[in-house]
Amino acid sequence: MTAYLLRRLLYAIPILIGVNLITFALFFVVNTPDDMARIHLGAKHVTPEAIARWKAEHGYNKPLFYNDQASGVARFTDTLFVQKSLRLFVFDFGRADDGRDIGREIASRMWPSLAIALPTLLVGLAVYVSFALLLVFFRATYLDTAGVVLCVVLMSISGLFYVIASQYLLGKLWNWVPISGYQPGWDGLKFLVLPVLVGVISALGESSRFYRALFLEEMHKDYVRTARAKGLSEAAVLFRHVLGNALIPILTGVVVVIPRLILGSLILESFFGIPGLGSYTIDALQAQDFAIVRAMVFLGSVLYILGLILTDLSYTLVDPRVRLE
Amino acid sequence: MTLPFQPVILWSDALLLMLLAAVAAFVLHTLRHEHLRAPWRAVWDSRLGMAAAVVLAAYGLIGLLDSLHFRARLPAAAGEPPQYAAEVLSLFDHLVGPLRTQVEESYSAPFATHLFVKKTLVTADGRVVRDYPRLKYGGAHLPDPQGRWADVAARGIEGAGLGSLLAAGAWGLAALGLAVHRRQPLATALAALARERTLKGPRAALLTLTLLVLLTGAVAALAPHYHVLGTDKVGQDVLYLALKSIRTGLLIGTLTTLVVLPLALTLGVAAGYFGGWVDDVIQYLYTTINSIPGVLLIAAAVLVAQVHIETNPQLYDTAAARSDLRLVFLCLILGLTGWVGLARLLRGETLKLRELEYVQAARAFGVTHARILVRHVLPNVAHLVLITLVLDFSGLVLAEAVLSYVGVGVDPVMPSWGNMINGARLELAREPVVWWQLAAAFLFMFVLVLAANLFADSVRAAFDPRSGRIA
Amino acid sequence: MKRDAGLLRVQGLRIEVATAAGWHAAIDDLALVIGPGECLVLCGESGSGKSLTALALMRLLPEGVRQTAGTVWLGDTELTALPEAAMRRLRGGRLAMIFQEPMVSLNPVMRIDRQIAEALRAHRGLAGRAAAAEVARLLDAVGLKPEHGLSYPFQLSGGQRQRTLIAMMLAGEPEVLIADEPTTALDVTVQAQILRLLKRLQRERGMGLLLITHDLDLAHDVADRVVVMYAGQIVEEAPRDALYTDARHPYTQALMRAMPAHGQGPLQAIPGAPPAVGAAFTGCRFADRCERVQPRCVQEAPALSTVSEGHRVRCHLAGQPAAARTHGPAQGGREQWEGPVLLQVEGLAVRFPIRRGLLRRTVGWVRAVDGVSLTVDRAETLALVGESGCGKTTLARAILRLIEPSAGRVLLNGVDLTRLSSSALRRARADMQIVFQDPYGSLNPRLRVSEIIAEGIAALRPELGRQARQRRVGELLEQVGLPQDAAARYPHAFSGGQRQRIAIARALAVEPKLLILDEPTSALDVSVQAQILGLLEALQARHGLAYLFITHNLPLVARIARRVLVMYRGRVVEAGPTRQLFAQPLHPYTRLLLASAPGQGLAAAVEPAEHGPDVTAGCAYAARCALAEVRCRRSEPPLAAHGEGRVVACWLAGPR
Repeated sequence: MTAYLLRRLLYAIPILIGVNLITFALFFVVNTPDDMARIHLGAKHVTPEAIARWKAEHGYNKPLFYNDQASGVARFTDTLFVQKSLRLFVFDFGRADDGRDIGREIASRMWPSLAIALPTLLVGLAVYVSFALLLVFFRATYLDTAGVVLCVVLMSISGLFYVIASQYLLGKLWNWVPISGYQPGWDGLKFLVLPVLVGVISALGESSRFYRALFLEEMHKDYVRTARAKGLSEAAVLFRHVLGNALIPILTGVVVVIPRLILGSLILESFFGIPGLGSYTIDALQAQDFAIVRAMVFLGSVLYILGLILTDLSYTLVDPRVRLE
Repeated sequence: MTLPFQPVILWSDALLLMLLAAVAAFVLHTLRHEHLRAPWRAVWDSRLGMAAAVVLAAYGLIGLLDSLHFRARLPAAAGEPPQYAAEVLSLFDHLVGPLRTQVEESYSAPFATHLFVKKTLVTADGRVVRDYPRLKYGGAHLPDPQGRWADVAARGIEGAGLGSLLAAGAWGLAALGLAVHRRQPLATALAALARERTLKGPRAALLTLTLLVLLTGAVAALAPHYHVLGTDKVGQDVLYLALKSIRTGLLIGTLTTLVVLPLALTLGVAAGYFGGWVDDVIQYLYTTINSIPGVLLIAAAVLVAQVHIETNPQLYDTAAARSDLRLVFLCLILGLTGWVGLARLLRGETLKLRELEYVQAARAFGVTHARILVRHVLPNVAHLVLITLVLDFSGLVLAEAVLSYVGVGVDPVMPSWGNMINGARLELAREPVVWWQLAAAFLFMFVLVLAANLFADSVRAAFDPRSGRIA
Repeated sequence: MKRDAGLLRVQGLRIEVATAAGWHAAIDDLALVIGPGECLVLCGESGSGKSLTALALMRLLPEGVRQTAGTVWLGDTELTALPEAAMRRLRGGRLAMIFQEPMVSLNPVMRIDRQIAEALRAHRGLAGRAAAAEVARLLDAVGLKPEHGLSYPFQLSGGQRQRTLIAMMLAGEPEVLIADEPTTALDVTVQAQILRLLKRLQRERGMGLLLITHDLDLAHDVADRVVVMYAGQIVEEAPRDALYTDARHPYTQALMRAMPAHGQGPLQAIPGAPPAVGAAFTGCRFADRCERVQPRCVQEAPALSTVSEGHRVRCHLAGQPAAARTHGPAQGGREQWEGPVLLQVEGLAVRFPIRRGLLRRTVGWVRAVDGVSLTVDRAETLALVGESGCGKTTLARAILRLIEPSAGRVLLNGVDLTRLSSSALRRARADMQIVFQDPYGSLNPRLRVSEIIAEGIAALRPELGRQARQRRVGELLEQVGLPQDAAARYPHAFSGGQRQRIAIARALAVEPKLLILDEPTSALDVSVQAQILGLLEALQARHGLAYLFITHNLPLVARIARRVLVMYRGRVVEAGPTRQLFAQPLHPYTRLLLASAPGQGLAAAVEPAEHGPDVTAGCAYAARCALAEVRCRRSEPPLAAHGEGRVVACWLAGPR
């Protein structure tokens, strides 16, 4: 087990190196610091001196891989690759264009993101599984057909529509909940209602349909026939046998996204004014702050790999057939 | 002799034509093989699938018309070399004429005769008042705006009437085709078309077509005189924008396939078939790509493209070419990040196929790997590829809106549903609400995605007998 | 109705199946009676409707199948009239059923004892300690240990899972137990154990047992009465002894002649194939395959008529005794034939590494094939016999180098295949081809039959032009007894037997001298099996082909092979001429295999362990062997000569 974990962690290193190389290529080779400077300075102020000044201010006035101005090890370390890209491996994210420390921002902004994402995930899982079970219980009836049609209709609607419509109806017209805003602690709960609701509804169609398909696939397996031949009721068959088996792919599918929850949702956070990592990212994108984007890409990869490892571990917990070695 | 226009083939047009050629080849190939035709017959029999196919075809037609670009010749004195307009138009723009040109000053509601915002007006008697001015085009033919609903109804019914003639023609043609095919009298064929159980799929298609034609007739009759879906902030007709957005949505959904398909097919099948270090490398590749948050990778790449376009303006002679390149680039990026799912699926399936006895038998004959892959593996994963591509289409159309909202979608001046939503979402705060631009974008997108989802469903049911189907 | 008229009574059962063209009867007017403590065997080939009958009794018909007529009585209860809730109480209670595939019929993520306890709670209201005690008692009753209850299904062997299923179904103390092909997926030695267990339980509990099988020999061992079904109808019903001494229906008679364990010489095939569901009948359903068919048979459907007490036959000719069948001369006379050696395998081994730890170091090997040597002469048939997992299929693939062998040599015509480059290997493969077990997995569904057959010609005889290739395809189709128009069709248009003919034609296309036949008939019905074996025999006589015939079916071996090789755990444990080896088996494992074959009662003296643990030293069979001594566990017996042409790897075989 420990050997397995160690091997998975070792395997993560080449992947992170790959991610690092991709982002480095995108941000420093294809799209040079000069280009960045030009964009930030705007068309009117582009002079070679201004570009040089901007680069110096933001620490981009270094060669890519080899610094012949420096001496000793610094020839290799005092370069963009080491300073801007390799530093990510020790979670040193550097500073944003506005001079703030990115690592500190991430640490403080992940909590609002979690406050939205975690309830969305849990409530969503409960709702989707229950809805799918309901449809499977009434399979091959009109209720099932209607439910599936509803799912297809729901999944054909743009996520933006759910956000805009709910803000307009619940927030503006009916005035039930605040349209946007955030406040930590229990008083802030009222701000979470709308984003969580929208988050749950926008994936309702697709997830429920997928879970229904999983359940139905289990229903056709031979052990279900055995359970019926034993004289179990349809509900017992569904809840004790089918659910237990179908939950394995469902749970492990959910586990992989859990670490990434702290990154938050771009759309929800920006619409509902949540000061989380999602809105941080979207602001960075719109301000073309590449240092932040780079940091978020790296962080996302780390969290994804963490999710993969957690998935493997969760298999050993829910599926007796899986033993990691 | 010079043409009255200069054809312009944008990158995306060329790619689209390539894709159409590939689809045509696929269709011909399918028609020639009985076992490939068989599953499509199930789609042909599916009511929802056929109705959805008609809607998709209508969208496709508009998208195609909108992809035939040209620059009009400017009037020039005799003897001078012909000059062409800087503006690139499409055949669709040409066909809908007034829809494009009748631009108001700002917002106006659907079927409105007056502007939505007050302006400072000078009345006939010289007084200066703030009021809602009459629109330049919308309802301008009416002497008295009070009577507009009667006018709308009359023109709408007239248009629908013309449309019903077209629909009757379609039914007639279908019946004629059936009559020739079955060697029946025309009346018998028509009756069969109306009632026969085995023709329920084509019947649903014809009914959908009838509805579409009636609607199109009515709108076509009204559009030159009213803004059926209102106008936007700069006074452009919302219906025109929504229709123009169709091409963008379709291109995002289909051109991406051109990138996804070769990548997923070669890498996925190679990983599954050869195993060993090939598999290790390919798995490493897709785990790495998968580990980067998709939106961020797309955003980063689009920013890079944007910088490239902005710093090299001399490479692109028209604004259309610039925004077109950004669209193509977006498709490329979506494809580069989107092949992983299909590749994984194909890898798993190929792993299974590799062990099947007919592949083993081929190996026992010493058949080469290339030949085994072409004859034994590819044909047996083709259905998975088809199902996945059709399913992915709707996801991509929806993704366009989100990406455009985030600011890393298509060019802000390119008509797209995402841009329409982005431009109008803040206007919900107005009193009264400007709802029509949002509604139009959501509606057009919803119809396309719903049709695509329903069609995908019937394709999946036809090709994958294990999957549950709706109806 | 009177109670003594039977415990389970079925009247006028009709079951319909949905096809593309609507509902079609799969079972028609079926009547059955099972008395208390009686074992009734329902026998028929695939598609005869026997499994649907069982599911209909349980009211567990799958979607797309429906019962449209008929009544089922269990004692005084009419099952067909019960509401679903009452039927549920009865299911697994008074009426229980076990299924064919024990590997997938248990919930994979629930412990065995909980799965059994579930049935106890549902039918006897037991919970807690009482339930646990009862679970232990049930496990004991089916020959499992209490600790097996703490396992998950994946930790048990196939036989243990089938025992678990039986225990689960005994929990409700059923009056009638239905067993649908309970041993088809199991090895022959395990099959005998499960059947003995079922018979014992039936006798001890006075339970009615409805056993469904395709195997008439198996029916002979367990039945009190036998019902033979064909195309959804009962064609013959008789007490066991009456059926096996005096079968009246031409179908039953033909089926018995097609069973390998009966008689000698070539197997007698039934021509044609069973009708498909949805076929329309006017006369007797068997008429088109019947050798005694008369005009009346085609025009008028026969009814079941009684020929003696309890013996009923659906045949117009039931009253007339069957004409004495003239058997052709037995063709076992090729035993003395000594041809030149074609294939020589020496010390062939296939090992798969077991990797563990951080660096995936190899810590051990799975020895799938462990030093096997054999020779096949020209135009002879060598049979390779063993149970599932003994390595026989791996051996076949390693001989062809579809799997790379880890050690050893494969000499074909004196050329060592293991050393050939891939291009030289390609040429050498023209002399040796393979036919696989699964007639569905072995043909690419996307290719036409002509393309499938021509594949080998195109690869190995590229000099042949298109025309010559097509001509050759035509010849091959004729040789394997398929019509010429088959060439243009796709595999799905053919039945299992026809597909196997296509697979044989594909292998023959490159004119090989040796065919490796990997269980070529085990997925086929007996009547079709006899056809395919007849075809193989004819091809051997015509082309002088040699066969390496891999099978688990011992009676079949006796009918086709000159020499036999018995494999156990990757090793050859005994080999020799068929007749001598069957007459006097030397290795205890061979003896067990022979004693377990159905058709000879269930009176095996020893009840061996199902599977031993993995051994590192000594004889691999010692863990299961009743005779094992100390030295058997210490050192591995070598394969030693034992009389003319015979070898055996056993310390106890003694010198001769």
